[in-house]
Amino acid sequence: MKRRHVNRSVVIGTIGADAHMIGGWVLEKAFKEARFTVAFLGAVVPQQEFINAAIEIDADAILVSSMYGMGLLDCEGLRDKCTEAGLDDIILYVGGTVAAPLELEKNWPEVERRFKEIGFDRVFPNTCTAAEAVQALKTDLGID
Amino acid sequence: MSIYLLVDFGSTYTKILAVDVSNEVILGRAQAPTTIDTDVTIGLNRALSELVDTCGLDLRQVEGKYASSSAAGGLKMAAIGLVPELTLEAARRACLGAGAKVVCSYGFEIDSDIVREIEAARCDIILLCGGTDGGDKRVITHNARMLAHSEIACPILVAGNRVVSDAVRDTLERHGKKVYRTSNVLPSLDMVEVEPAQALIREIFIAHITHAKGLDKAADFIGGPIIPTPKATLQAATLLAQGTVEEPGIGSLLVVEVGGATTNIHSVADQSPVTPQTVIRGLPESPVKRTVEGDLGIRYNAPTIYDFIGRDAFLARLRDLYPALDDPSGDDQRFDPDEHIEYLSKNVGHVPTTELGLNADIVLAESAASIAVERHAGTVRQEFSVVGEILVQHGKNLLEVENLIGTGGIFRYGLRPERILSSALFNPEKPWSLKPRNPKTLIDRMYMLYGIGLLAEHFPAPALRIAKKYLTETDLGS
Ligand code: B12
Repeated sequence: MKRRHVNRSVVIGTIGADAHMIGGWVLEKAFKEARFTVAFLGAVVPQQEFINAAIEIDADAILVSSMYGMGLLDCEGLRDKCTEAGLDDIILYVGGTVAAPLELEKNWPEVERRFKEIGFDRVFPNTCTAAEAVQALKTDLGID
Repeated sequence: MSIYLLVDFGSTYTKILAVDVSNEVILGRAQAPTTIDTDVTIGLNRALSELVDTCGLDLRQVEGKYASSSAAGGLKMAAIGLVPELTLEAARRACLGAGAKVVCSYGFEIDSDIVREIEAARCDIILLCGGTDGGDKRVITHNARMLAHSEIACPILVAGNRVVSDAVRDTLERHGKKVYRTSNVLPSLDMVEVEPAQALIREIFIAHITHAKGLDKAADFIGGPIIPTPKATLQAATLLAQGTVEEPGIGSLLVVEVGGATTNIHSVADQSPVTPQTVIRGLPESPVKRTVEGDLGIRYNAPTIYDFIGRDAFLARLRDLYPALDDPSGDDQRFDPDEHIEYLSKNVGHVPTTELGLNADIVLAESAASIAVERHAGTVRQEFSVVGEILVQHGKNLLEVENLIGTGGIFRYGLRPERILSSALFNPEKPWSLKPRNPKTLIDRMYMLYGIGLLAEHFPAPALRIAKKYLTETDLGS
């Protein structure tokens, strides 16, 4: 995965009607420490707001957090909207408790496959640390 | 005695207030039609002689003069940003808070049609934004290029992505544009910083626009700069709410200003969520906020308000206020609302003298205030999901605002100004609209708020005490 130019900037938020935001905070802090520009949108963020923010800050990636189990429903269509908005080469990640905890444990490959099917570049289980998230993006951007 | 004259060159009337700053009293007020098309000092002199006649003022005793203006269309600006809800919204707020009217606004890349629209709009200043600092550079660069190749002659204020600000300025200057540059109105998504842009807008207004609007002679008379009227009112609102070190303010407030062409709403209140669990979305709100509704005014725009209400509802409300409308023995039988509204829009200086005319104004002003406050105030909606309900709030929560103030001609000459203020209140039928629930209500019977704002720059504490003294507390009844 190679982007035209790297701007070291990310959008972070919790999608849908999901009010959890602690994971987002932790990510915000980690990415700022790694010298990224972060637009942290908090919780209950509609898809369109992720896109608006990404356009304005010229983001390399959108990091979607979903904790309450309805991630797939909330995330569907985000990739298409990004494409429509001219964000052709933006990287999309999703993480948190992206499905029911039992599902995550037993059917991870299937969960991952379905998110990739709707256009996400990477899917992270809730065991992912912030440092791992930062490292993954750096790798994808080909930096540091 | 230390007498100061506070002049407002309004779109219709030139108003003067004479105040004694050392004794903190208003000595008198006078007005005459604004004569901007010929020589603005003609109207000014008429108002002055009325002032001398009515309050026996000796002009030689005057120690200073301050002035504002909204004549010749006021300060007209175009706002350009990237995403409509983000940098464009921040740009619009910058203009409004500087006392401007945003006559056109555009997000994303502008094209040649838009450039022609901007040229035709004859703006006084264009505010060019786009991209957070370090964010998008492409769109503001493109838009600067489009403006550079246009016929636009007004000053362009660049307040976008810092990284390309110099390049954007160079592009415009190379094509002979007058360019000003300041820091980004939205340096990052969680920070709206409109003050530097607003300070520059004020400077540009003083440096270029006073002249362009034919106000040179007025500025000579005043002996100092003239600022946009809405800016003066906003300064008054801020002073009144926040106070000074020596004189406490009256707390959070909402000012409703119903005019002939527009309705202005000013609020000074800290942003707070409706409940501690409420999620707030959208750009951060600043404590001081102004919105202006260019389609709501009770003279020039009486037809728009009338269209909003509808003929039948208009008559019903009028009848409610003025039952004599149907009196078979009265002369009001022939009243045709269509004709009346048409008359108002063509005679913008009209001051009603009949019961009927006064009441018709109230119906118009009520609707203008209600709609304008609804657009100014934030909203809250309940989101239902499988995991229960959450409240999501957009914009400013004004439910707990402590004071509601009415200003403008209608609050001075009009009947039952409290009706107009009532329409600015929270309405249980529209619980999502976060209008004030139970404020103290005050009326600016002297039409002095603009003057308080002018005085605030030089004598804040006396200005504040005068405002407190002359605002009339009123009971909205039920
Ligand atoms: C705290 C908490 C709450 C708090 C949230 C406070 C707040 N403002 O954030 C409150 C009490 C409000 C709450 C409410 C609810 N919660 Co809750 N909550 C939790 C809890 C205990 C901890 C979450 C947390 O903050 N962890 C700490 C952070 C740092 O970890 P994290 O979020 O996992 O994030 C880390 C990584 O996952 C990663 N990460 C996160 N997002 C992303 C995104 C990307 C792209 C990447 C790369 C990485 C990444 O980064 C972080 C690194 O440290 C979890 C259980 C758990 N242990 O996870 C349940 C949990 C998430 N909640 C749950 C539920 C069901 C609810 C409610 C529906 C409960 C209810 N019935 O009312 C409501 C939902 C309300 C709503 N509208 O959203 C379930 C979700 C089940 C599911 N997914 O199917 C969980 C898993 C509990 C459970 N085992 O049942 N909850």
